[in-house]
Amino acid sequence: MNKLHLYVLAVVFTALGLGLFVYKAYVLGFPLAPRTKVQVWNVEARISFVAQDKPVKLSMFIPSSTRRFALADEHFISSGYGLVASVEEGNRKAVWSIRQARREQNIYYQAVVRAVRTKAPRIEEEAPEVTSSGFEGPRLEAAKSLIAATEAKSADTPSFVAELITRLNRSEPGDNVALLLGPKPTLPTKVEVAVRLLAQAGIPARVVQGIRLQEEKHDFSKKTNLLHWLEVYDKKQWLSFDPLRGKTPVPDDWLRWWSGPQNLVNLEGGSKLNVVVSVSPKVEEGISAAVLRGEISKPLLLKLSLFGLPVNTQAVYRVMLLVPVGAFVLVILRNIVGIKTFGTFMPVLIALAFRETGLLWGIFFFSLVVAAGLAIRFYMERLKLLLVPRLAAVLIVVVLLMAVLSIVTHSLGIHRGLSVALFPMVILTMTIERMSIVWEERGPGEAFVAGFGSLVTAALAFLVMNVKYVEHLVFVFPELLLVLLAATLLLGRYSGYRLMDLYRFSALVKG
Amino acid sequence: MFETIRAFKKRGVLAINKRNADYTLKYNPRRLYPLVDDKLRTKQLAQANGIAVPDLYAVVEVAGQVHALPETLREHSDFVIKPAHGSGGEGILVIADRLNGKLKKPDGLIITWEELNHHIFNVLSGLYSLGGQPDQALVEYRVKFAPVFEEISYQGVPDIRIIVLMGVPVMSMVRLPTRMSDGKANLHQGAVGVGIDIATGTTLGGVLGNEMVTEHPDTGRPVIGLTIPDWDDLLKLAARCCDLTGLGYQGVDIVLDKDRGPLILELNARPGLNIQIANNAGLLLRLELVEQCHAELHTVEQRVAFAKDHFRAAGLSRG
Repeated sequence: MNKLHLYVLAVVFTALGLGLFVYKAYVLGFPLAPRTKVQVWNVEARISFVAQDKPVKLSMFIPSSTRRFALADEHFISSGYGLVASVEEGNRKAVWSIRQARREQNIYYQAVVRAVRTKAPRIEEEAPEVTSSGFEGPRLEAAKSLIAATEAKSADTPSFVAELITRLNRSEPGDNVALLLGPKPTLPTKVEVAVRLLAQAGIPARVVQGIRLQEEKHDFSKKTNLLHWLEVYDKKQWLSFDPLRGKTPVPDDWLRWWSGPQNLVNLEGGSKLNVVVSVSPKVEEGISAAVLRGEISKPLLLKLSLFGLPVNTQAVYRVMLLVPVGAFVLVILRNIVGIKTFGTFMPVLIALAFRETGLLWGIFFFSLVVAAGLAIRFYMERLKLLLVPRLAAVLIVVVLLMAVLSIVTHSLGIHRGLSVALFPMVILTMTIERMSIVWEERGPGEAFVAGFGSLVTAALAFLVMNVKYVEHLVFVFPELLLVLLAATLLLGRYSGYRLMDLYRFSALVKG
Repeated sequence: MFETIRAFKKRGVLAINKRNADYTLKYNPRRLYPLVDDKLRTKQLAQANGIAVPDLYAVVEVAGQVHALPETLREHSDFVIKPAHGSGGEGILVIADRLNGKLKKPDGLIITWEELNHHIFNVLSGLYSLGGQPDQALVEYRVKFAPVFEEISYQGVPDIRIIVLMGVPVMSMVRLPTRMSDGKANLHQGAVGVGIDIATGTTLGGVLGNEMVTEHPDTGRPVIGLTIPDWDDLLKLAARCCDLTGLGYQGVDIVLDKDRGPLILELNARPGLNIQIANNAGLLLRLELVEQCHAELHTVEQRVAFAKDHFRAAGLSRG
């Protein structure tokens, strides 16, 4: 009965709950918001061609894991082809071969690409040999003068590359650049010329090809155009350069696929080659991605959290942990506002059922079942049944009503009707029983007031429990329930007026 | 809204949260509840302490006992059957007279002994008890209420509720059955509550539902200004009930019998709050005053005198 005792208890619970919460959120990196989602992409290359009844050999570059992207779940799908994967000049390559094939052939490569934030240091790479630029005659002269002009305006390799790219992309290029690029240069041509120019200047460089990992709003499997960009060796590592803007590094969503000017796919023994690379985003919950990335670095705590449970048990707890939240809403509505309800926790359980049926349909079905049940209960009143058989009889009627409602709505094509089966039937039975007793003893007015109060409470509890943020917080941070417990304990000693008291006793302060 | 709260506080309006937290939970230990929830135990306790209650004619505990009833009740032409654990006047059957071996209810309807037995079976099965528990049926003296209430009640028996804190009567009202309440003296069911001035025993204003009234809705007679006879005896009776049960905060329900004077009908561990509207006064200031002073109040007489001194109709007000 000591209030201090209660306050100390509440403070301890709050401190414990908030402390754990802050530690998990800010030290262990559990996501605070449900929308903390990480993009994961399914990348698929579909190669189709027509075989000519001859041996077929098909080679394709495949991407490797980089500092930015991790590759997982790679699949090579073909029928009857032998597959050899190898690494060639820093590129991974898959080679499919078959002795004989006819008609149209399809080969698939699939991989899951996930953005990573590696903290590992960069690996120093050996300097490659600078190949000859291959410029001759007037072109060599043009290249030399262009390099000299670019060098004059740059301080180091990155600024040299950036300046070079700017010069190559000018809308009115000088004679030198025009000569080197030729008429109507495409972007791949520009990148190739840039590589040769850099070779001429003694800087190792290479063409890189890849794709943009982009979320398409409407068509997830749109054909993705290949990107070309530049990699330049500087200070024992390769730097990437956007060939249009000259910026380094290239944007975050550019996935490096292979280096070199070659085509993605090389086919022998077939014709009508068609290659479609498609990217589709796959949204994973932030939390599972964080777990997968190993970002939550304390495995013991992870094991001791709800994430250590089997997935279907986790799903149960996702719902169960919401019940205290609903109960808290109920405490506020009953002890602070003063709404009358049937049964203490009936509205919370009804609110849980609303999660499946949706609010409006839920209220409709609930009212329908209770109204029909009440009618039958009043008829039973005449039979003067004893308590337990009477309750059992109402329960049987409720189950039958639910079944009939499901069948009728289903045949009408209202699929929501099926979820009526999720209403807690025992709770419905007790609601009908209590409502009929209140009706008999205190009149229909009181029965409707309490019935309406129950529905309003259930609806409000549902609205709170249905907030994605709330669901996320209590599941990821169940320790927050300790804070809720502390608040509930404090409300347990709230002895002030309820909102409804102001109306009930208003006659006392009139005039 | 805050103005209303301030006005409430000034008048000392006691609302349900505070009643539960600071009065019933504090002064009424749970283990004592069975004493008041079971009317048979209340009656036995009262009788053992010399407090007047309606006479108990018979108790029916198992169905087989109903066959002995006609013999047991041979000398009583009228009686009342009520469930020991009933609430709100449910399950009470009043027999006013006999007629050719049959029984007559106050409204003139004739019932047979078989119908009476069926009612008793229902009581035994828990039809009217809290939580549907198996129950006992009490057969007891039918109160003939005093003429003072004759013109302001509709059938039924009006009873007087006195709220008692630690043996000090703090507020009182009389509950008048109406047509709406079906002859039951229960405010929830539509009975009229009329406040009584603790100091004088005269009736003040009435309440029907949450609204104030001045006349009985069925008879049209004014409910104000009546004086309850033997008011001091009623107060003393109520004050003694605290020592009887050990419940510090309770509602004592008393009926005034024409021949036998005040009788304790039942005790209530969670008395309702509408009595405040009937008295047009808040309970809280009175309760707090009793809490301050009760240490000096030793005897029943002192407590009643204290109540009559402090709780007059004009009432207390804060500030």
